[in-house]
Amino acid sequence: MLARSKAAEIGASGIGKDFGDFTALDDVSLTIGRGEFLTLLGPSGSGKTTFLMLLSGFLAPTRGQLTLDGQDMTRTPAEERAFGMVFQGYALFPHMTVEQNIAFPLTVQKRPAAEVKRRVADAIELMGLGGHGQKRPAGLSGGQQQRVALARALVYEPPVLLLDEPFSALDKNLRGQMQDEVRRLHRETGTTFVFVTHDQSEALALSTRIAIFEHGRLQQLAPPREVYDRPANRFVAEFLGEINVLPLTDLSTGPGGATGRFEGQRLGAPAPGQAGATTLAVRPEHMRLHMTAPASGNKVAARLDHLVYLGAETRLALRSPGGTDLTMTLPTAELPAALEPGATVWAAWPEDRGFLL
Amino acid sequence: MNPASRLLLLIGPLLLFLAAAYLVPFLGVMRWSVTLPEPGFGQYRAALGDPLVLSVFARTLRICAIVTVLSVTMAYVITLLWVRGGPAQRTVVELCILIPFWISVLTRAFGWLALLSNKGLINGWLEALGILSEPLTLVRNEFGVIVGMTHYLIPFAVFPLASSMRTVDERVLMAARGMGASRMRIFWQIFVPMTKPGILGAALVVFVFALGFFVTPAILGGGRSVMVAELIYLRIFQSPNWGLGAAISVILMVGVGLLLALLMRQVRQGGAR
Repeated sequence: MLARSKAAEIGASGIGKDFGDFTALDDVSLTIGRGEFLTLLGPSGSGKTTFLMLLSGFLAPTRGQLTLDGQDMTRTPAEERAFGMVFQGYALFPHMTVEQNIAFPLTVQKRPAAEVKRRVADAIELMGLGGHGQKRPAGLSGGQQQRVALARALVYEPPVLLLDEPFSALDKNLRGQMQDEVRRLHRETGTTFVFVTHDQSEALALSTRIAIFEHGRLQQLAPPREVYDRPANRFVAEFLGEINVLPLTDLSTGPGGATGRFEGQRLGAPAPGQAGATTLAVRPEHMRLHMTAPASGNKVAARLDHLVYLGAETRLALRSPGGTDLTMTLPTAELPAALEPGATVWAAWPEDRGFLL
Repeated sequence: MNPASRLLLLIGPLLLFLAAAYLVPFLGVMRWSVTLPEPGFGQYRAALGDPLVLSVFARTLRICAIVTVLSVTMAYVITLLWVRGGPAQRTVVELCILIPFWISVLTRAFGWLALLSNKGLINGWLEALGILSEPLTLVRNEFGVIVGMTHYLIPFAVFPLASSMRTVDERVLMAARGMGASRMRIFWQIFVPMTKPGILGAALVVFVFALGFFVTPAILGGGRSVMVAELIYLRIFQSPNWGLGAAISVILMVGVGLLLALLMRQVRQGGAR
């Protein structure tokens, strides 16, 4: 299973899916590149899982077209697409041993017995399941079951691997290990991975690109850094992590960027990506703490409301004179010694760290 | 009061009732089997040495085995429609299972008699259509008994099968389909094995129930295909030889008990693995 499989390219154009009167997906168009690791990210009910089911062929779209390497596959049923799939809850065959589970897709494809045996043995070895081959899924831990599910989905070198929230049942440490495992499998197999999650940090850590869904629409499709640093809209900005939102007045856009006023203070930012932007957004970790007004850059005076100690980081909750709540995260090591709630401080950040939404 | 004694107080009345209704009479029957007409195991020797008794046991086991296979197989198909079919199929199946459930075993046996007897509906039609000149013998033999018992026992197999089919995780079937498995393969290699506890449970219920059948074989067998329960009745009320009847009862009980223990162990091992 280490052989690099013939990874496929998937295209979706104008995809829509209705369930009765409810539109679960609307007008989704994107291309998933060969060997890409694409994450479908969104809150529950956003349409990300519906989109995965359309890719797998278990659901048929109401509108639009799906292609596999340029060939239409809109109406191809799941059993003919035969993409690898890892389900939430693993969906292992409970009456079969680990070996039989992993061998199943190979037997279905009528591969020679010797090849089945060799591939199953390789997969067991590769996934660190040695000594568990004769056990049934009920006798394995959650992490081991997850490995069996991955081995079973990859053992026949499918052109695409679909993963539906595979780690949602695992505890935090195991989750981290399995993320490393999936990253390694993606690198070693070179297969196209499509991964569904509602966990933004998981999406940022694993993906080559992230597709963010809300209300059945694709909100943004971009590499992790871009969706985090240059979110297309406020939903994306807030979904990917905490963000400070400062309403601006007197906004004017020039060649070098935009400026506006927040509670009388002039603030600058790069020119907005979309028209009608009225707020300035800044991530908490991009703000710096100053005890006196800094000479340059954007700065806002605020009163320190309280501190939340988080170990390596400390979060500062601030309130501006106008009543806007601001959050700033600092490495705990950089925290000034005599910082008490009630103190007046300055939050400052370089103009190019903020963005207009 | 500690939790154990509180529990005992709660289930106590049930235990007392079961003891009064089953255990005491059964112990009485056991006593008869070794005391009537004189103390000793003579009646067991007589029962196991009597070719008639042995042939009745053999027939009972054969009929019960056939009835079990037939009713569990048919119930499996019916349950499949009930659990996984569309709303219209579900309603039809529910009516087909529930309506016979409300009708007494006697009525149903006479119903089959009306349908299957030499002057019954089926033979009447076949003769009227000119397909047959002589009536087919459909009752007063094993065939009639098997038809009547299977019909009666199908609903009892449906319920254990339904509860087991409902626990099958849809995603497991989807996983198999997603790997390219055909419907037939998914059914035989995934769905049926996953419902095996239900199949065993249904078979056990039907088989044990069938062993004690009295009314259906008496009416549809017409005295020619006597099963154990009828034999016990004959030995006690007609011959009368209470000791022999009691000995046959005990042999039947012990047989059923052993079978139950064996199957329970099987199921428990299957679950633990």
